[in-house]
Amino acid sequence: MGRYVIRRLLQMVPVFVGATFLIFVMVYALGDPVAALSGDRAPDPATAAQIRRELHLDQPLWQQYLHYMGQIFTGNFGTTFDGQQVLDKMGTAFPVTLRLTAVAVVAEIVVGVTLGVLGGLRRGRLLDSGVLVLTLIVVSVPTFVSGYVLQYLLGVKWAWVSPAVALGAPLDELLLPGCVLALVSLAYVTRLTRTSIAENARADYVRTAVAKGLPRRRIVVRHLLRNSLIPVVTFIGADIGTLMGGAVVTERIFNVHGVGYELYQGIVRQNSPTVVGFVTVLVIVFLLANLIVDLLYAVLDPRIRYA
Amino acid sequence: MRGAWRVGSVFVVGAVVVLAGAGCGGGGQDPTVVRASWGDPQNPVEPANTTDVQGGKVLDLAFRGLKRYNPRTAVAENMVAESVESSDARNFTVKLKRGWTFSNGEKVTARSFVDAWNYGALVTNRQQGAPFFSYVEGYGDVHPEGAGEKPAAQTMRGLRVRDELTFTVRLNQKFGLWPDMLGYNAFLPLPRMFFTDHDAWLAKPVGNGPYAVQSYAKGGVMRLRRWDGYPGPDRAENGGVDLQVYTDSDTAYTDLMAGNLDLVDDVPAPQLKHVQKDLGGRYINQPAGIIQTLSFPMYDAKWSKAGVEKVRRGISMAVNRPAITRQIFRGTRTPATDWSAMALGEHGGYQAGLCGAACTYDPAGARKLVAEGGGIPGGSMKVTYNADTGSHKLWVDALCNSVNKALGRHVCDGAPVGTFADYRTKVTGKKMSGPYRAGWQMDYPLIQTFVQSQYFTGASSNDSGWSNKEFDRLVSRANAESEQRQVNETYHRAERILAREMPAIPLWYQNGSGGYGERVENVALNPFSVPVYGQIRIKG
Repeated sequence: MGRYVIRRLLQMVPVFVGATFLIFVMVYALGDPVAALSGDRAPDPATAAQIRRELHLDQPLWQQYLHYMGQIFTGNFGTTFDGQQVLDKMGTAFPVTLRLTAVAVVAEIVVGVTLGVLGGLRRGRLLDSGVLVLTLIVVSVPTFVSGYVLQYLLGVKWAWVSPAVALGAPLDELLLPGCVLALVSLAYVTRLTRTSIAENARADYVRTAVAKGLPRRRIVVRHLLRNSLIPVVTFIGADIGTLMGGAVVTERIFNVHGVGYELYQGIVRQNSPTVVGFVTVLVIVFLLANLIVDLLYAVLDPRIRYA
Repeated sequence: MRGAWRVGSVFVVGAVVVLAGAGCGGGGQDPTVVRASWGDPQNPVEPANTTDVQGGKVLDLAFRGLKRYNPRTAVAENMVAESVESSDARNFTVKLKRGWTFSNGEKVTARSFVDAWNYGALVTNRQQGAPFFSYVEGYGDVHPEGAGEKPAAQTMRGLRVRDELTFTVRLNQKFGLWPDMLGYNAFLPLPRMFFTDHDAWLAKPVGNGPYAVQSYAKGGVMRLRRWDGYPGPDRAENGGVDLQVYTDSDTAYTDLMAGNLDLVDDVPAPQLKHVQKDLGGRYINQPAGIIQTLSFPMYDAKWSKAGVEKVRRGISMAVNRPAITRQIFRGTRTPATDWSAMALGEHGGYQAGLCGAACTYDPAGARKLVAEGGGIPGGSMKVTYNADTGSHKLWVDALCNSVNKALGRHVCDGAPVGTFADYRTKVTGKKMSGPYRAGWQMDYPLIQTFVQSQYFTGASSNDSGWSNKEFDRLVSRANAESEQRQVNETYHRAERILAREMPAIPLWYQNGSGGYGERVENVALNPFSVPVYGQIRIKG
């Protein structure tokens, strides 16, 4: 197990280097950030040159990349054009997005798995069809539609919640954005769990357990659910990464000052230090989430061994 | 068997830990404070480094300069200055009023200005607004033009402190209307603390305006409170202003509708349809000092050779401005008839109709002129714009549609560029092969900011590379005049050359738009489309 983890960690190094270099190239290709600094006005050449020199923008791309990586390993993610430390921005943005993701994942697990289990156990009945229709609707509505509609109905029309999240993103205000963020994945979790449960419900080991006279609750939770969760765990693990980086739309709609918003701002403003820094951290999050998912397999299914 | 519980508890414990980390937000809201929408400023909020509206809001709240532009008429009026006088349009004596202080108690003296200006101009401080000091003698020494050159001096020799409340300025050329520039943010005074403890100042700026910064959470909210010791004439009529950063102007608008916000100063385009129904009389739509134009690449021989000016004029006549401003912009733009902006006011040099027939929709005339000029160079043209901000696609498509219809042939298409930075890189790198969108927002209410900056030979923002000797001569002559009326008249003569040569087609003047909640009243925007926060009153 320990050796497996170490091997996986070592494999991450080339992935990390490759991914960050690609990001670097792409951000670089967006155009000269200094050209956009003063709007439609042409920036003063001497001032622009000064800024380029201080940000090392006057060097060739590969030198900039080396310099940047060198900085990262000393814990310095650089400074944005408005003079803030990227590290400080991360310090405020990541906890907010982490909370939002947590709300979303909890909603996914609680609602998604429950609906999936119910649908799978009552295969073909009214409840199952009802859940199917519901998930189809949810999957086909894009986040920016469900987001704006729920925001208007719950926030403005009925005034149950605040339509925009206050600064600092308190947890109670994140419930609505979290659920909106969870909606699409929630439908997938439901479908996955349902299929898996429906399949395993007819498996031999379940029949054996029933024949042994075990209580129904125990069969469903210990035997059936545990074996059916592997694909769901894989999905949720990969989803955590997506949710953390892909909350751009939801965060903008609900005024959540998190990772998605900072990334969006960074791209619109051509703030390359922000974009590269945040994506770098997201790459690490993705890699670690994948590793944890793989390790969870062994917990769920004792037959799986890592060497 | 135990495994299942372990999985379950991993999720539960994880969720609980993360959820427990959430703090409580909110707290009491001071009822006398105006809650206004804000965007993150692009640069640190230093006076000479602020060229965007968002940073400009803070400076307008927390600072007062020598002059201030009247929020209604845009005329420069003395604020901290007692007088700014000159006998030769080149040597100016600035006298300050007695009794002004910064909110930390420090006196506002001649040195507060001279030190701030020298800081702003010095190239190593890399301030975006440095070129505003370029008229001061000695600017070239502190701000050499070549990239990477070291400054030869630390201060401009044109600035001299005479006594506590007097300093003199010597310009490197005659510029009679120079005092009217002094209402611009770059010319604001700074306290000693700015130089001695720069980081602390940035964390919580200290100024001499009607409001003092109470707290500033970068990227989040800036809380400004009325400064009761403010010595100026324009004391705040509310208890304070909270500038709140929103991720999106749509969200700010929604929060306004829900009553969680008192003021938005940017009504997003999709909301314009129903803004009257939502806000009624609480919707603001008034001219701002911004003009949008369609520029031609005059560095490209096929667009600049003799005779093609007829084509350029013809294209201008093929644009149905009233229809586009009505249908696409829903009245938030006004068809342009000169190269400045309506909000500049006649005092500042705006004059309607200078473009004449060339800016009036006339399909027959357009066809005739384009044919006389030899047709569209290359047979067709692409109008380049940046697609990431400002919904430019909508109007560019409408404009091309109008041109195609008027000329009776498909000659015009839009050509989007992904990001604004890439777009600007191409524009300043002179890589355009057809017309492209250009916008200009005034810095100070003088016609010079519109006309000279964009069309004078070699001017910093003359991106199209157009050059005309007669035009240059008129602009130089206008700048040497000291009477505003003569300056304006000479500039109008120069604009008539623009009408004849048409290096850029005036499209429309942009309005500032905003909306406010039922809790506040007396809300207006100034000609720079910044809300006049100080005069907002809380009802009841």
